[in-house]
Amino acid sequence: MNTDGPLLRVENIKKYFSSRKQFLGSAPKTVKAVDDVSFELFRGETLGVVGESGCGKSTLGRAILRLHEPDSGRIVYDGTDLLSLNKSEMRDYRQRMQIIFQDPYASLNPRMTVKELICASLDVFGIGTKAERIDMVLDIMEKVGLPLEYLNRYPHEFSGGQRQRIMIARALVLNPDFVIGDEPVSALDVSVRAQVLNLMKDLQQELSLTYLFISHDLSVVRYLCDRVMVMYLGKVMEIAARDELYSDAKHPYTQALLSSIPIPDVDAAKRRIRLSGDVPSPFNPPSGCRFHTRCVNARPECSQSEPELKDMGNGHMAACHFCDH
Amino acid sequence: MTKGAVSRDGREIAANSYMKDVIQRFSKHKLATISLVVLVAEVLLVILLPMILKLDPYTTDYDTFFGAGPSAAHWLGTDDIGRDSFARFLYGGRVSLQVGIISAVISLVAGVPLGLVAGYYRGIIEMVIMRLADIFMSFPSMVLILVLVSVLRPSVSTVTVVIGILGWPRFARTIYGNVLSARESEYVEAARAIGTKDSAIMTRYILPNTFAPVLIAFTFRAAQAIITESSLSFLGMGVQAPEASWGNILYQAQSISVLATRPWLWMPPGVALLITILCINFLGDGIRDALDTKMVI
Repeated sequence: MNTDGPLLRVENIKKYFSSRKQFLGSAPKTVKAVDDVSFELFRGETLGVVGESGCGKSTLGRAILRLHEPDSGRIVYDGTDLLSLNKSEMRDYRQRMQIIFQDPYASLNPRMTVKELICASLDVFGIGTKAERIDMVLDIMEKVGLPLEYLNRYPHEFSGGQRQRIMIARALVLNPDFVIGDEPVSALDVSVRAQVLNLMKDLQQELSLTYLFISHDLSVVRYLCDRVMVMYLGKVMEIAARDELYSDAKHPYTQALLSSIPIPDVDAAKRRIRLSGDVPSPFNPPSGCRFHTRCVNARPECSQSEPELKDMGNGHMAACHFCDH
Repeated sequence: MTKGAVSRDGREIAANSYMKDVIQRFSKHKLATISLVVLVAEVLLVILLPMILKLDPYTTDYDTFFGAGPSAAHWLGTDDIGRDSFARFLYGGRVSLQVGIISAVISLVAGVPLGLVAGYYRGIIEMVIMRLADIFMSFPSMVLILVLVSVLRPSVSTVTVVIGILGWPRFARTIYGNVLSARESEYVEAARAIGTKDSAIMTRYILPNTFAPVLIAFTFRAAQAIITESSLSFLGMGVQAPEASWGNILYQAQSISVLATRPWLWMPPGVALLITILCINFLGDGIRDALDTKMVI
C-alpha cells in the first residue's frame, strides 16, 4: 500500500438520475444528485458529510462504492481509479471499502442468522476454512459487543442498536481500510446513538480505519469527525477542519446550519439565521449559486455565475462569491 | 461437543444455519409433518400395493357380475365391464398423483428461475420473459392443451409434461412481482456492497424472501392439474382407456344410479383426491411457516 497521499481522492464526480421519458410527454427530467464533487480523504481521518435531505450526500457515498454508477469523474482509491475497473476487479476492492447503512431494520436479510450475516462477507471472498470463518465471526462479535450466544438469532430478534452492531461487524470482518457510514446512527434512539458512535470511534483507533461519515446531525458530526464537508443540492458548499468550521464558518449556508443546532441552555443568547422557503426542486436547481434563493447575503451576481470552491487558507474551502469579504 | 457447535473460552455455542433451522421448524409443525407422511404413504401405496397384491386393473373377471358390490375377491367390487375397482383405484392414484405433483413441480422449476431472472435483471430479459408469459397466459389453456396432447399423442407422461410446461407463467408472475420489490431493498444493496455475486444475491437473499407465495401457487397448481387431467380424460385426450385415473373414475361414476346405489365406485377416489389436495395445502402452509423465521411455531 502506498502510504503517502490521500487514501481516497474524488475528482469531479457526477451522478445524474433521469426520470423515464413520458409517453407523448415532455422530455425526461434530470436530477443532478451529485454534481461535480471533488474532495480528498486522508488515512485515518474521519470526514463528515452534512446537508439537508436530498442534498446528495447518500448518493455520493453510494457512488464512491459504485453502488450507484457515477456518470463521470474519477474515484482514485489508494492510487487506482475505481471507475476504470471491471466488475470482478471492483469486487476485489470491495473487501477494502465497506458501508454501514442507515436503516438497520431494512439492511439485514431477515432470513439469515447472525452467523450467516457476518459470514456472508467472508464467503464472498472465500476467506479461511469453515472453522476459521466461525472464529473470525466470533472475534468480530466480541469486538463490536455482541454476546456470542446470539450467533443463531435472526435480525428481528434484536433492537436497533444491536442490529447496527451486526451491520458494523459485517463491514469490519473483512478488515477494510475505509468505511462509509451512511447515517449509521440516525435511526437509533439517542441513548443508543452514543454507544454506537463510541464503538465506531474505538474501532477506528483499534483497526486504523478511515471513515466517510454521512449525517444530517451536526452534533454527531462534531463529535466524530476531523473534517467536515457541507453539501447543498448536489454541490459542495464548504470543506474545513472540524473546529474551524464550527467556530468560523465562511459560507452563509453553513452559518445557517450551525445556527440551527439547539443549545441546551435556556439563557443562552441565540442568534439564529432562519432560512426562508424550501430547498428548491432538484429537477430545476437555481442558476448561478444554487443557494442564492435562500441566502441572506445574496446579490445580483449570485444568480448569474456559479462560485468555485476557493481555498481560504489551511485547507478551508468555500464556494461563495462574497464569503471572504 | 455437539455437532455443528463451536466453542470459545471453554463455552460451547451451537451454530445453526437458516436451512437447518427451517427443517427443525418444519418438523415442529404437526399438521404439515403428518401431511408429508400421508403423501409419501400414498405414493408408496399406489406403487407397491398393486405389486404385492398382484392386482390387475385391465382384465374382466367373468366369474362375477359386472358392477358387483364389494367382496373378498374384489374389495371395492367391479365396474360396468367387470374390472376390479380397487385395482383401478390404485392404478388411477398413480396417474393422478403423477400428473398433479410432477406437473406442478415442472411448472415451478420452469417458472421460478425465469421470474427471478426477469425481475432481477430487468431490461430486455424482463421484456422477453414477461411478454412470453403474457402470451402463454392469454391463450385459452384447455384448447392449447388439447392441441398439444393430440399432436404429441395422449399418454400420462405427455399430459403431465404439457400441463407442467403450460403452468410456468403463473409461477413466473408470482415471484416476479416480489423480486421487483426485494431487489430494491437495503439488504440486497448491502449484499452488493460486500461484493456478493448476482447469482448468490438471487439465491441467498431474494429467493428465500419471495418464496412464500410460490408455495401457495404450488398447492393450487397441483390441485388444478389433477382436475385438468380429469377434464382431459373426460374429453378423451387425457389418460386413454383402459388406463384409469381418479379423475376419469369419477367422471364415469356420474350417473344418478351409480352415485346413489354404488358409492364404493366413487367414494374412494373422491376421498383420496380430497385428502391429497388437503395434504398438499397443509404441506405448503408448513413450509411457508418454517421459512418465515419471525413465525413462532
